Amino acid sequence: MTKLEGARFVADRHLEPDTPELRARWSGFAWNEANVAKAKEIVARYPAGRQRSSVMPLLDLAQRQVGAETNTQGWLPLPVMEYVAAYLDMPIIRVVEVATFYFMYNLVPVGRYHVQVCGTTPCMLRGSDDLIAACKKRGMHFGHVSDDGLWTLTEVECMGNCASAPMVQINDDNYEDLTAESLDAILGALAEGKQPKAGTQLKNRHTVEPEGGPTTLTAMVKENHDYRGEW
Amino acid sequence: MLADKDRIFTNLYGFQPWNLAAAKARGDWDNTKKLLAKGPEAIVDEIKASGLRGRGGAGFPTGMKWSFMPKEAPKDQFGNPRPSFLVINADESEPGSCKDREIIRHDPHKLIEGALVAGFAMRARAAYIYIRGEYIREAETLFAAVQEAYDAGLIGKNACKSGYDFDVFVHRGAGAYICGEETAMIESLEGKKGQPRLKPPFPAGAGLYGCPTTVNNVESIAVAPTILRRGAAWFSSFGRENNKGTKLFQISGHVNKPCVVEEAMSIPFDELIEKHCGGIRGGWDNLLAVIPGGSSVPLVPAAMMRGVPMDFDGCKEVGSGLGTAALIVMDKSTDIVRAISRLSAFYKHESCGQCTPCREGTGWMWRVMERLRTGDAEVDEIDMLQQLTKQVEGHTICALGDAAAWPIQGLIKHFRPELESRIAKRAEKANA
Repeated sequence: MTKLEGARFVADRHLEPDTPELRARWSGFAWNEANVAKAKEIVARYPAGRQRSSVMPLLDLAQRQVGAETNTQGWLPLPVMEYVAAYLDMPIIRVVEVATFYFMYNLVPVGRYHVQVCGTTPCMLRGSDDLIAACKKRGMHFGHVSDDGLWTLTEVECMGNCASAPMVQINDDNYEDLTAESLDAILGALAEGKQPKAGTQLKNRHTVEPEGGPTTLTAMVKENHDYRGEW
Repeated sequence: MLADKDRIFTNLYGFQPWNLAAAKARGDWDNTKKLLAKGPEAIVDEIKASGLRGRGGAGFPTGMKWSFMPKEAPKDQFGNPRPSFLVINADESEPGSCKDREIIRHDPHKLIEGALVAGFAMRARAAYIYIRGEYIREAETLFAAVQEAYDAGLIGKNACKSGYDFDVFVHRGAGAYICGEETAMIESLEGKKGQPRLKPPFPAGAGLYGCPTTVNNVESIAVAPTILRRGAAWFSSFGRENNKGTKLFQISGHVNKPCVVEEAMSIPFDELIEKHCGGIRGGWDNLLAVIPGGSSVPLVPAAMMRGVPMDFDGCKEVGSGLGTAALIVMDKSTDIVRAISRLSAFYKHESCGQCTPCREGTGWMWRVMERLRTGDAEVDEIDMLQQLTKQVEGHTICALGDAAAWPIQGLIKHFRPELESRIAKRAEKANA
């Protein structure tokens, strides 16, 4: 049997079992003080009577609150989804449908840092295999929380950083133009509780201009140039 | 080469701040009231005359799309007028594409001003900007930029003192490629799974909340104010007939310096790579193949790609497409079968599961591709795979099925000897 590669985590996507322990831990979930206001503001973005539209941002908000309470990236226990369903006056199954359809909602607990390595072709061409190897060297496995609770490793599909590939997204930040060494340094810093510099890891690159300096718009490097005078 | 003064996205690389004050100093929001005073028809006509074609991949003429929106608000069953909506597609997820991200995080005010101008031209009540969930920092910038525009009175009630009320909202996705399809995006905005709708009815008739809706790519919207300021003739002075304007090209893979750059349409492939990317890694003789428009278009072998004008027609002539102008360059070190197989894995992962040919077919295509990658297959499986792609292509509601089929068809068309030699080598090894 050929060993299939790519999209490794999909088959593992399942809801955490609905156990008494899960109920005991999460049945009391409610927005914290800051999120009460935030949730109201989110619902107001959509026309009256269309509050269902806010299910995606609210699930994100809930996942983040769970993350803050568990000191992880956060996930969506079933009682939390029920809370969101009640908040929006919609059937629970419609919320579960959304939570399972979109890949960014974690359906099972994750680690403190969710290491999402992009493995799609543009990153693969630039060496994402080495990045996955570097993660595994630190004891990470796909779809599992590491023993120290620090890491969850996922291979994700194109993250839209192709001109600064290969890249990894860890929680809210992107780290681009990586090598196995620079990724290892970033992971090391995170493990020590430091916040490494996000974005490109190349010394002579700012964002997505050609490495070593832009071939165009060079006047913009030093000053906020107004080109209208040259029109 | 396009002169810097003719580039629209002057802060593309983010050397300068994105905020309103800096954006104004670069020329954004400069008397937008005067642009709106031209009136909706004149704005649509100007965009039509500029030759702007949608920048999201399909290349549909933008001005014409806007003109499909109703001039008189349609009534609901109670006789109340229904609002129209503009939805801006910032769900950039096509492998290879990374241009909208740069607009959003470095020049967000171009997008917001474009939203107002385009929304006014199609008589929309509000714009929803649907940004992909993984663009977390980019969304933070966009939320902040929208707030700046509200605080300055540029959008909201009496936007830019034009007498027109127009709201702009940001909606974050959560990691589904399919939501880049316009009707899937509308479903997602309504709080559902992002599964495409059957058309007709088209969104211009019944879109978001059943109201008239136009979905446009970020780049299409963000260039509109500059086109109106500088005139259709200026924009259409770049590029060949039917392929006008400037365009953000994104070059990834095996070039010496991958980058995003704004260039004139129809720039020859070689010139684009030499001028901005420092050439192909290992020189031009080392080039194997190019995917010229993001993962959904067929690959083009090196020899055919030389000198191709990078525009819709130029890429079509070599059996591919411009797509989002995301070039994935592969040199001779590439395992080309693996590169395409990885894309098959991508489409399998991203199929929404609604149509059977795509839901099942993407899985089958990927599994056969993996057999071909290792050579653990029979030669007639190549034809079986080709036939399989034809059974998916054109038999699904949206174009994801087509997009999954085309890269494989391109591989079989151009690299069949490679597939056969792998199978032969594997068989030889097994016999030995």
